Amino acid sequence: MSVRLLTASGLRRTLGERVLWQDFALNVEAGERAALIGPSGSGKTLLLRALAGLDPLEAGEVYFQGRAQHEWPMPNYRARVMYLPQRPPPGEGRVLGELRRPFALRIHRDKAFEVSQAAALLAALGRDAAFLGLDVARLSGGEAQLLALVRALLLNPAVLLLDEATSALDPDATLLAERLVCAWSEAEPGRALVWVSHDAAQRGRVATREVGLQTVEMTP
Amino acid sequence: MSVALSFHQVALAAALMLVNALLSWRLQLGLGREIVVAGARMTVQLLLVGLILGWVFALRHPLTVVGIGLVMTLLAAQAAVGRARRRYARIYLDSFLSVFGSSFVLTGLTLAGILQVHPWFEPQYAVPILGMVLGNTLTGVSLSLDRFTSDVVARRSEIEGLLALGATRWEAAHAEIASAVQTGMIPTLNSMAVLGIVSLPGMMTGQILAGAPPDTAVRYQIVIMFVLAASSALGSLTVTLLAFRALFDARDRLRAERLRGVKG
Repeated sequence: MSVRLLTASGLRRTLGERVLWQDFALNVEAGERAALIGPSGSGKTLLLRALAGLDPLEAGEVYFQGRAQHEWPMPNYRARVMYLPQRPPPGEGRVLGELRRPFALRIHRDKAFEVSQAAALLAALGRDAAFLGLDVARLSGGEAQLLALVRALLLNPAVLLLDEATSALDPDATLLAERLVCAWSEAEPGRALVWVSHDAAQRGRVATREVGLQTVEMTP
Repeated sequence: MSVALSFHQVALAAALMLVNALLSWRLQLGLGREIVVAGARMTVQLLLVGLILGWVFALRHPLTVVGIGLVMTLLAAQAAVGRARRRYARIYLDSFLSVFGSSFVLTGLTLAGILQVHPWFEPQYAVPILGMVLGNTLTGVSLSLDRFTSDVVARRSEIEGLLALGATRWEAAHAEIASAVQTGMIPTLNSMAVLGIVSLPGMMTGQILAGAPPDTAVRYQIVIMFVLAASSALGSLTVTLLAFRALFDARDRLRAERLRGVKG
């Protein structure tokens, strides 16, 4: 009864002479929360970028909802398979403006930005409405991560690709963010997460499955 | 007509370089060699240009005029890339296309449409006007190119952040495109603002020296300023769009790896 949401096969990535991963396959089903594990430098971020279509694929193919990535118009694809970088760019102006900003993009024009929805998501993360009025240039690294997370959730993607999305948060805020994201993934059918995290306890709390990124043996 | 100059008089002016040489020697600036080389180089270049122009003017053939125009354009396109600290594979071609496209179109329009010179390739008009247009376009193209290629690297996370949210490549790079085109147009806009107050434009001065009535010289200068502004705007826009096409692919990806840093 499972629905294949995001699949990949035969992926390869090299950096210069070094092969990071080769013949990598992934199958994320709706409702799943996959934790991507691998040592530092194993190319977890590059894998998420490849899944988001931000880097060209060296080999293999990524399928979303059964359709190859290269057949999707990329804005449509990325609006559904959304990548959150570890260090989101600060942006400019106030938090409210930054949350509203992607709604001006053509792909999101038919969606309406609701301040109440943004405030509700922030409340779930332990922030009150005053957060909306903060200058984004003065946000801490953790607050910038919260802003990016709320912004992504407001855009209603199907798959979230989270790259250490809570790495700069304090433990309480981390738990709140995990709870919010888990609740989001279960709120509607057809949603899934791929989460890169170095924190084994976090993976235990969030992930329904772990995916290892060690397909290539390094020769010393 | 202006007073004819003999070689003696030119040599007299060259003696003024002795002031620089003397200063360098007394203050131990170590510039003596450079002063001599720069002075000699300038003299040889200009004498050569004088010879070539004399030949082009005497021939009065459209092919020689267009030919020398193309050589000037090639040199300008190469110089425009010179400033860019980051380059991609087709950067020289893109620079040439922008400098060539804007300069030739604007010079052609000026000669045939505004000044209504007969024949249109009359070298006395075509060569100096193309030269001025090229000089200005080169500045605009070079500033835009440098700005855009630097911004794309410096603001990579902002651009890719927008792409990741579903922006098209145009939406994601719009701010960088706009600021590159603006940067290219700033020198022309600045010089227009102070023209005649702080600086007396070279062409107008030259025409007055050559005996033209000031009001004619002024009208020529106004025409030229508008042409220069239009050409540098067109050149800046073209080169920015070409660089945009080179650095963003059809799959709405930023291909920053196509840029190579240049030492210096």
